[in-house]
This record gives sequence, structure tokens and C-alpha cells, in this order.
Amino acid sequence: MTVRRVRAWMFQALMILSLAISMGALVWLLVGTFVKGLPALDMKLFTNPPSSVPEEAGARPAILATLYIAVLVLLFSLPIGVATAIYLEEYARKERWYNRFLEVNIQNLAAVPAIVYGILGLAFIVRGIGVGRVLLAGGLILTLVVLPTVIISAREALRAVPDSIREGGYALGATRWQVISRQVLPASIPGIATGSILALSRALGETAPLLLIGALTYVAFDPTILGPFTALPVQIYTWVKLPDAGFQQLAAAAIIVLLAIVLGMNAVAIFLRSRFRQKW
Amino acid sequence: MTSIATSPIDNNELGEFGRSSADDGRGSSVVFEVSNLSVSYSGKLALQGVEIEVYKNFVTAFIGSSGCGKSTFIRCLNRMNDLVPGAVIEGTARYHGLDLYGPDVDPVEVRRRIGMVFQKPNPFPKSIYENVAFGPRVLRMKEGLDERIERSLRSAALWDEVKDRLGDNALGLSGGQQQRLCIARAIAVEPEVILMDEPASALDPISTSRIEDLIHELKRDYTIVIVTHNMQQAARVADMTAYFSVVTPEDGGSRHGVLVEYDRTAKMFTNPSDKRTEDYVSGRSA
Repeated sequence: MTVRRVRAWMFQALMILSLAISMGALVWLLVGTFVKGLPALDMKLFTNPPSSVPEEAGARPAILATLYIAVLVLLFSLPIGVATAIYLEEYARKERWYNRFLEVNIQNLAAVPAIVYGILGLAFIVRGIGVGRVLLAGGLILTLVVLPTVIISAREALRAVPDSIREGGYALGATRWQVISRQVLPASIPGIATGSILALSRALGETAPLLLIGALTYVAFDPTILGPFTALPVQIYTWVKLPDAGFQQLAAAAIIVLLAIVLGMNAVAIFLRSRFRQKW
Repeated sequence: MTSIATSPIDNNELGEFGRSSADDGRGSSVVFEVSNLSVSYSGKLALQGVEIEVYKNFVTAFIGSSGCGKSTFIRCLNRMNDLVPGAVIEGTARYHGLDLYGPDVDPVEVRRRIGMVFQKPNPFPKSIYENVAFGPRVLRMKEGLDERIERSLRSAALWDEVKDRLGDNALGLSGGQQQRLCIARAIAVEPEVILMDEPASALDPISTSRIEDLIHELKRDYTIVIVTHNMQQAARVADMTAYFSVVTPEDGGSRHGVLVEYDRTAKMFTNPSDKRTEDYVSGRSA
């Protein structure tokens, strides 16, 4: 074999090794979680509140709260995020310094760790405007976490609509708002939906900001929007800390539930993307 | 730099177009009157000192090589250049005597009266019906929408091909059909003028000839301005032709377009007054 061929072979082997390392870690985690969690994954998990007895304990309040938070985050972040994206893409004049400032800031905010949003939320949402340590506060803080990502993905979706569509609308005597609301926005909805769902599914796994604003570790009742709350990742964190093997199993089972929720949302996003992909 | 258009409003000369003198009021009035119009993009001069008159119910063609400013110019006539950041238009462009760039003029209203068809067919990613309905809807012309849509599609010679599938996505049509749909879409809002920016350049020869036939039909009801890089096309469809060219100023200024000559199409192609036009139409220069 020539040296060139040996090099090519070695490079290929290296790439396969890298892939194996990352895949191996993932498979190991998944298998470990499923082996431990599957026995505890029963209806009890969905119907019972947490308990000090592992055999009785469930995660019903946490699962419900996570679903409520998901809905709240979408309700808050979609209108604000899409409106911001429309401003930046369709109205903002790029040569103005404040628009460039906004743009750079949004890019940076997307990279800020979630716990920083938790600190901000504690100061301004929970205490500042006095929302309190309730589910609504959790929804608002996770809204802050996903907003930069929602804005960025909505901008990309708007940018993917070719200018020829805008020109076509203008040439018929449509106003800017008519062109945006009736042509550009409808054409970009699949992209916006995909990006927002992906952002949301990441945010639902966030634990730190919710712990920081005082998501409770023990909630024995169904959550309400203005009541104290816990969330699935917080519940998992609580159970993992307990020494009893029964709680370890429950934690693994709850992880499977959280994974299922996140995978389900990602599947919806992928479906939307492939179903409504526009060929211009 | 300036060019003087010979008025076509002369019955003897109209005879040269092969029409009876009782034909119509074709060419009897001026739709656009442009004087000393210059365009620059972000400070860079693109087109300088255009003087031209466009006549009613005529087909007026702008020809010239790429970069000569013909597309830039046509986009001044319905204020599409307003949408380009950094575009500055100087001079005057009057539409029936009204200064298009006057302070009280709403560009949205201008574009309603002066429709446009683009180089690349750009149907909306919606049904055929919705494509034509968009204009009337945003302009609140909702009375008899179905009839209006049928009429527009018939005028664009597309009705028979699409009448059984008006609900289908317009992007499923062929390129030529898409372009005729864009023409139908423009007609649906009853403009007086239709500007066409190289409407056939992305189409095959058969689709191109259908568009040209359509232009012949449409000039009974509309004033048409067409940009084309295809001289034969201009010769086939246009009553009047304007030749644009690129000049490089000797004082070191930037290359920009100018209007070289504007006259009846027959004269432009057989006996042009300007040497540069003659070189271009005879294929001796770009």
C-alpha cells in the first residue's frame, strides 16, 4: 500500500472512532436509563403525586406542569419572537446602529447560559414585578431562554422567502404589511414552527433556572398557573438525589418520559419541515 | 446623451405599422414623460440623463446589453426602485402629467396602476386561484371575484389550461404557464400599464412565442413597456424601441447606462440615426 492510501485509511478510521465515541456514550446512557427505568414506568407514574414511599410515588404534578409550561412558553415566545423577527428582517434598516446593536445582542443572548436567565427571572419576574414562585414565572423565564432562538430561527425562515415573492406582491399595489401578512409570513410558517419547537424542546429539559426561582421539590397536587409548581427535570433531580434504589428507578422512568416528550416534539418539527418544505 | 423621440402621432407614419388609420387612438397620448432621469445605487451612478416619452397602447421595448440600465429604468416607472436600499432617483418621471416622485404620491397607488411582470416567473406559493385573487383582495375589489379571475386568466391565454385545476399549487405549472399566470395576476387589478422586465428570458422558445402573441393581444387594452435583451423579440413585438448602452466617461467617472436612441421600431432596426444603435442592431458591438 502506498503512503497515500495508508493515510486515507487512517483518516477514515479516526472518523469512525470519533463517531463511535459519541454514539457509544449516548447508547450507554440510554441503555442504562431504560434498564433501570422501565420496571418503574407504569401508570402510577402518570397518576400519582410524589410520595416518600417509592412504591406509591408518581410524577403527575411534574408532568402536567411541564406540559403547561410548554404551552405558556409557546404562547409568549411565538408572538414576541415572530414580531421581533419581522421587524428585524422586513422593517429594520441595517445601516442604523441600533438595529445592528439589537442583532448582535440577540445573537449573544442565544449563547447565555439558562441559569443566568434564572437569576434575572428571580430578580425581575418573581420579586421585581411580584409574580411569585409560581408556574407562570417558570413559563416566563423559559420564554426568555427560548426567545433568542425563536427570533433567530424565525428570521431565517423569513429570509428563506425569496424577494421575488415580495416584489410580486408590491407590484400588485399591496402595502408592505399586506405583503408580509399575506405572503411572506404564511410562506415562512413551517420554518418558524420547526425552529420554535426545537427551541422549546431544549428549554423543557432545563432544570437550573426553575430550581433557582424555587420550583418546589415536593408538590402533591395538580399545578395551576398561579400556584406553586415543580417540573419534570426538577422532579428527576430531586429523585436522583435520594439514596433509595426505588427513587433511582423512578428518576430513570421520569427521564424516559421527558425523553419521549422531547423526541415527540422533535418528530413534529421534522414532520413539519419535510411536509411543508417549499421548493421555489 | 439626450435623444429626441420622433412623435409617432402622425397618420402617415402610423401606416407603417400596417394598420388602418382608423385603427384607434393608439399612440395618441403620452403615458410617461421622463426627463433627465438619473439613478444611482449607494452613490454609484447606474443610469444618467434619460429622456423619453412612452405612448398609450403602444408596446415600447428597451433593448441593450447587460449593465446598460434598462432594467433599472423600467423599475423607476412604478417606483420598484424605492424598495432597493440606497437607490436615489433624480430628474422627473411624469405619468399622465403627474410627477411619480412628487411628495404627495403614494408608491403603493402607483404600483396599482402600473403593473409589473418580472424576469423569473414569481407566482405565490399558493393555488392558481389565490395567485390571481391576491391583488383584487388587497385592493378590496371583491365584487365578482370569480368572474374577474376567469376574465384575467382568459386575457392571459391561460384559462383553458387551468380552468379545471384552479385549486392546484401554482408552483406546479410550467415556467411559461407561471409567467402567463403572473401576467393574469397583473391584469386582475386593472392597471393601465404593464411593465415587463425580460418576461421571456427564462422560458423556452414555444413559451416565449406564446408570451409574444399575448403581448400583441394585450396592447389593445394596455400600454406595455418591455425590457428585452433579445433584439428579434423587440422587432417582433414593439411599436417603439429604445436602445440603452453603457458608457465609460473619459474623466474617470464610473461606468453607467445611457439612453442612446429612441424611435419607431422599424426605423431603429433599418435606419437608426446613431452609429452606436446601428452597430448594436447589426450585431457589430455588444
